[in-house]
Amino acid sequence: MSFLRILLVLAALAFGAPPAIAAQQPPPQSEFVPVDEIPPGEQIPAINLVAAAYGFVWVVLLGYVWSIARRLQKVEAELVDLESRKR
Amino acid sequence: MKHLTTPFIGISAAMLAVAPWIINAAPYESTMGLVQKVFYFHFPAAILFLLAATICGVSSAIFLFGKRPNADGWAIAAAELGLVFGSLTLVTGPLWARKAWGVWWVWDPRLTSSLLLWMIFSAYLLLRKYGGPGSDKLGAGMALFGMANVPFIYVSVNVWRTLHPQTSVVPTLPADMGIPLWFCFAAMTMLFLSLLSLRARLEHQRARVEALYLAEDEA
Amino acid sequence: MSAFFRVAWHVMRKDLTVEVRSKEVLLTTLFFAVSVVLVFSFAIVREGRAPDDVAAGILWVAISFSGTLAMGRTFERERYNDTLRALILAPAERPAIYTGKLLGLLLLLGLVEIVLVPLIGLLFNAPILAYPGMLAALLLLGTLGFAAVGTLFAAMLVRVRSRDTLLPVLLYPITIPVMIAGVRGTAALFQAAPDESMARFWIALLIFWDAIFVTLALWTFEPVMTE
Repeated sequence: MSFLRILLVLAALAFGAPPAIAAQQPPPQSEFVPVDEIPPGEQIPAINLVAAAYGFVWVVLLGYVWSIARRLQKVEAELVDLESRKR
Repeated sequence: MKHLTTPFIGISAAMLAVAPWIINAAPYESTMGLVQKVFYFHFPAAILFLLAATICGVSSAIFLFGKRPNADGWAIAAAELGLVFGSLTLVTGPLWARKAWGVWWVWDPRLTSSLLLWMIFSAYLLLRKYGGPGSDKLGAGMALFGMANVPFIYVSVNVWRTLHPQTSVVPTLPADMGIPLWFCFAAMTMLFLSLLSLRARLEHQRARVEALYLAEDEA
Repeated sequence: MSAFFRVAWHVMRKDLTVEVRSKEVLLTTLFFAVSVVLVFSFAIVREGRAPDDVAAGILWVAISFSGTLAMGRTFERERYNDTLRALILAPAERPAIYTGKLLGLLLLLGLVEIVLVPLIGLLFNAPILAYPGMLAALLLLGTLGFAAVGTLFAAMLVRVRSRDTLLPVLLYPITIPVMIAGVRGTAALFQAAPDESMARFWIALLIFWDAIFVTLALWTFEPVMTE
């Protein structure tokens, strides 16, 4: 089948490209210069950042568990209702 | 399945609750100090984000080529979890970067491609919510395109010279940092899998409700 | 092999024949692309000159905006005349139909770009003739990657509600890698000291994404277009 042959050629191209790209020494990303010295006025204490990160993770996960539970309860109540009506 | 997920969620919640003490006992990283501790949640969330994209793509392929309607429910579930864990990754990352790099965000290949994958999931879920009939196949095609990003995100830090640490960092961690990391990873993975199966169950029950309504209309 | 390309050729010729008769998509897309460039130049040009390095970005924004418009229109026409079903029912390989559609769209966008590029050169002082071969390669590969995904999605969206809003919503996140490579490569050629090796690197990356996108599109077109 001719179409398969085209697919194979394209796939070979896709898998052959990364070594070629890697071999071609990638340009240094000149615009991303790490900022080592931040003015003291802009420093944020690390503990605040860590607390914010962990707090965010817990809030999102709890919220998501709650949202799934609520949606599942609703659908299952509907299902029970429909099945009882069928009988 | 249903009887297993609730205890699993309980166990992972307990593990996540004790995680701060274990993380607190881990040593400080020499150059970044305290803020490096964001890593114990950032890394598992990021890996699960990529795992969600892979699950979404694979189940979409099964749905599309194997003609299994059930696989579509798993794809939606994986997409939603991908959005949740992607948000965790994309929020904890900048909080860490603000201290370690001095900026909230840089347009580095890994950050950019992760943001793109997150956008692809958002677009996928918008399509599934507002696309109406016929959107399931289009969504499956879209999920396959999204999955193409996963290997790119993973290797991007090794191909480009970027600010983001390379993939070789995690396997070479010292044990006193590795143990808390894998503890958090296990807790989050357990939570991820339980939520995935619950969310897929929700989608399958919805399909049943719809089928029942259809049968009622015909009767 | 020849049967595949014969079908693709016929589909493309059909689209172009319709287009030559009405010129609807070409003229509206062209006008829209030019307006996008003008809107940008009004927004950006200060005291008679534009900031450096904006030409490449504006060129690619104009291409992607007008490309979305063209994709939506070519399939809207099929839907309006109810001819998509006939096309799908034809005893031909589906991927060949897709290829024909893609080639037609590429030709159309190529015509738009022939007008757009000199306009950008004129308004933003971009050196468009410094590296004509590389610029053409960047434009061709970037448009190919963008149109490959766009053709697939536009075809699938024909059956979906609110297709006009959903096409850009779905298309842009996926094609941004191609856009980035196109913009960065073009910017490397347009800057004051052109950087050939940088442009070549982005061309290699474009080939990589194009191969992935075209493979995936050819592979998924068959199952998604089945009723």
